[in-house]
Amino acid sequence: MSTFDWKKILQLGLIGGLVGVLIALVGMVEEFDERDIIAGTLSMGWTMLILTVLVTAYFAAGTSKMNNLLSIAAGALSGAVFSVVMSILTWMVDTFDLRQTLVNASPNLVKILTFEQGIPNGLIILIVAGAVVGALGSAIFILPDRYRKAVSLGLGMVAFLGLMQDIIQVSLAGFEGVSDAIVWMFGRGTESGLSVAGAIMVFLVVSIGNLLWETNAPKVNSQFNKLPQKSRRSLKWLGYGILFLVIIYLPAVLGLYLTEVVNATGLFILMGLGLNIVVGFAGLLDLGYVAFYAIGAYTVGVLTNLSGELTWSFGWNFWLALPAAIALAVFAGVMLGIPVLNMRGDYLAIVTLGFGEIIRILALSDFLKPSIGGSQGIVNIPPPQFLGVLVNNPQTLYYFIVAGAVLALFISQRLRDSRLGRSWKALREDEDVAQAMGINLVATKLMAFATGAAFSGLSGSILAAKLGTIYPHSFALLISINVLALIIVGGMGSIPGVFVGGLLLAGVPELLREFAEYRLLIYGALLVVMMQVRPEGFWPEATHKRELHEDSVDVELVAEGQEA
Amino acid sequence: MSLLSIENIHTYYGNIHALKGISLHIEKGEIVTLIGGNGAGKTTTLRTISGLLKPREGTVKLNGEDLSKYKAHEIVYKGISMVPEGRGVFARLTVTENLEMGAYSRKDSQEINRNMERVFNLFPRLKERRTQVAGTLSGGEQQMLATGRALMASPSILLMDEPSMGLAPVLVELIFDIIQQINKEGTTVLLVEQNALMALGIASRGYVLQTGQIVLNDSAAVLKSDPTVQKAYLGME
Repeated sequence: MSTFDWKKILQLGLIGGLVGVLIALVGMVEEFDERDIIAGTLSMGWTMLILTVLVTAYFAAGTSKMNNLLSIAAGALSGAVFSVVMSILTWMVDTFDLRQTLVNASPNLVKILTFEQGIPNGLIILIVAGAVVGALGSAIFILPDRYRKAVSLGLGMVAFLGLMQDIIQVSLAGFEGVSDAIVWMFGRGTESGLSVAGAIMVFLVVSIGNLLWETNAPKVNSQFNKLPQKSRRSLKWLGYGILFLVIIYLPAVLGLYLTEVVNATGLFILMGLGLNIVVGFAGLLDLGYVAFYAIGAYTVGVLTNLSGELTWSFGWNFWLALPAAIALAVFAGVMLGIPVLNMRGDYLAIVTLGFGEIIRILALSDFLKPSIGGSQGIVNIPPPQFLGVLVNNPQTLYYFIVAGAVLALFISQRLRDSRLGRSWKALREDEDVAQAMGINLVATKLMAFATGAAFSGLSGSILAAKLGTIYPHSFALLISINVLALIIVGGMGSIPGVFVGGLLLAGVPELLREFAEYRLLIYGALLVVMMQVRPEGFWPEATHKRELHEDSVDVELVAEGQEA
Repeated sequence: MSLLSIENIHTYYGNIHALKGISLHIEKGEIVTLIGGNGAGKTTTLRTISGLLKPREGTVKLNGEDLSKYKAHEIVYKGISMVPEGRGVFARLTVTENLEMGAYSRKDSQEINRNMERVFNLFPRLKERRTQVAGTLSGGEQQMLATGRALMASPSILLMDEPSMGLAPVLVELIFDIIQQINKEGTTVLLVEQNALMALGIASRGYVLQTGQIVLNDSAAVLKSDPTVQKAYLGME
């Protein structure tokens, strides 16, 4: 039965339109208009609006069971409604001067939204365009799963490459041959975004590539599994080898600025791996995680600084201070853990939140000013030396951070599959029952806090070495929240999820610094959408594992039994 | 010497005097049931035995050894295993993972494999569903899983808290059959039940608990024909 649910479709169109109005009024359309995704054709501001229409139409097409034609009509209708709402906004901005209250309701916004055609011509174009884009959105909905995935991936890739244009261009410019392709793809260097031909190219390559891969992946996989054990292993090692080489050569390719971005992301990932143990594995909601980061950084700062302004100036070698910093962080972790042993959920979150703030305020206090510098922080922390090389620029620090992340990765992976990892899992599910299974609650909880703190302490130590100076304001509550958010976005308890979350929430914002104003807004929207659409995160642990379980149950069972 | 003996225990929740001097003993190989109404202290007794609650007075002895110096998780290693009220399966873990969690206190992998085999023989349904997430099992299957999980620790005594709760009568019968089978294979069972008729049907002895005190204590057959028990717990006039 085909039914056309007018009310729902209009409602969706209105909601989409209001989101569009919000995007325009907070200034995103205007500001992002400067930056092109496809040079001269499609700006980033428009991309945001188009994306809104696509999503609206996608949902409109799914409101009720309809045949394809009706679905497209529904998409077009919702797109048109969206545009009508935007038109009303445009007309209002043009007619009344709203700038007193709505700063971003500027003539420039009108110009953008009417395609510089003026009212009413521009508005007619706007409505028609809305309907067309809406129809496209619902067309994506109609497509069979495989094609839908390929098309969305293709579009996503175009948007991503268009955004990252200058970065890609700069980092690949040095390579002969590649640069020609780059010039063709991105057009002249002065314009931002992909060239039209380049965008079409990227879209086709990614979409078709994805389609081919999706259709052939089972075949490739089964062929891989058919290979003898030995060549399978060597193929695997070849993969690791390539990955290793990429990691080694990355800073040389990326250049200073991008390496710096990678480093900042790496520190977040390192902290994420630690908090993932506390929150993801053991289910203990810790909002004061930044405290251990601060303790790590300050310990290194106090022990190694040469400023001569503080009461103590130990002048230790960094490599001596590092284990001390980690040990102190672990000690603090246990000290925090003991009083909160009997707390669960919200109570635990509040206490840890307080702990984080206590450490920050202590660092800021006049009371400790003589020894740790108060609001002036600690300056003149010498860079560490490794085998005679001074670790003082992003490119050398990079290796240091990668080494730390690999170590943390290895440790969390081993811990997850260990006896301790299993008791964390049980603890997360049900404390009482876990105890009835023979799990020592006290030891298990303290181990979670201690391990998490160790990673954070390591991360803090590297921060001190990286910056050479540390200030209390580097350890604000927002850091704890960021790290927690990256775990949630990546997938609670999932180790690869930490990397995905880190790249998305630490890496991408770092790259888009010019839009920093909107960072928290986008961040919040992303989290809300995540919780609605994909609460398990981008790379969830359990389901992933379960998928693997499906076909190898018997092998798994025997193997696990023997291991235990 | 009794396998498990409880002497005059008093357990409190804050100021509330929940158990007022309970004594009972269980011999090796028995099924003993503890019946009584809501709030009589049945669950509290089980939680005290398993160490989740500490009595203010009195002792719990296993094979003559006083358990008061052990924490809850250590008592599992001593051979007391509990099937908690309301099942308490790890909802987000698979059936197999739940069972492995039950074997947490065991280190011998051969023994664990044997136990896993045994559980799957007792509950073929669990074998069919071993990769399924426990939260998606039916109530009866969850009860089976909780029971199987407790058996994974190779207990000498199994404490079962209201296994019939919320189950269809057919399933209750199935569970009780299996309790008997577990018992025949050598595990002593202390069964706490509101469904007194069923419990007395499989138990050799029973204790009747009322507001924290044991009011009756006899063989199951005698209790079944006792007029007060019949009136209060068996619904007969």
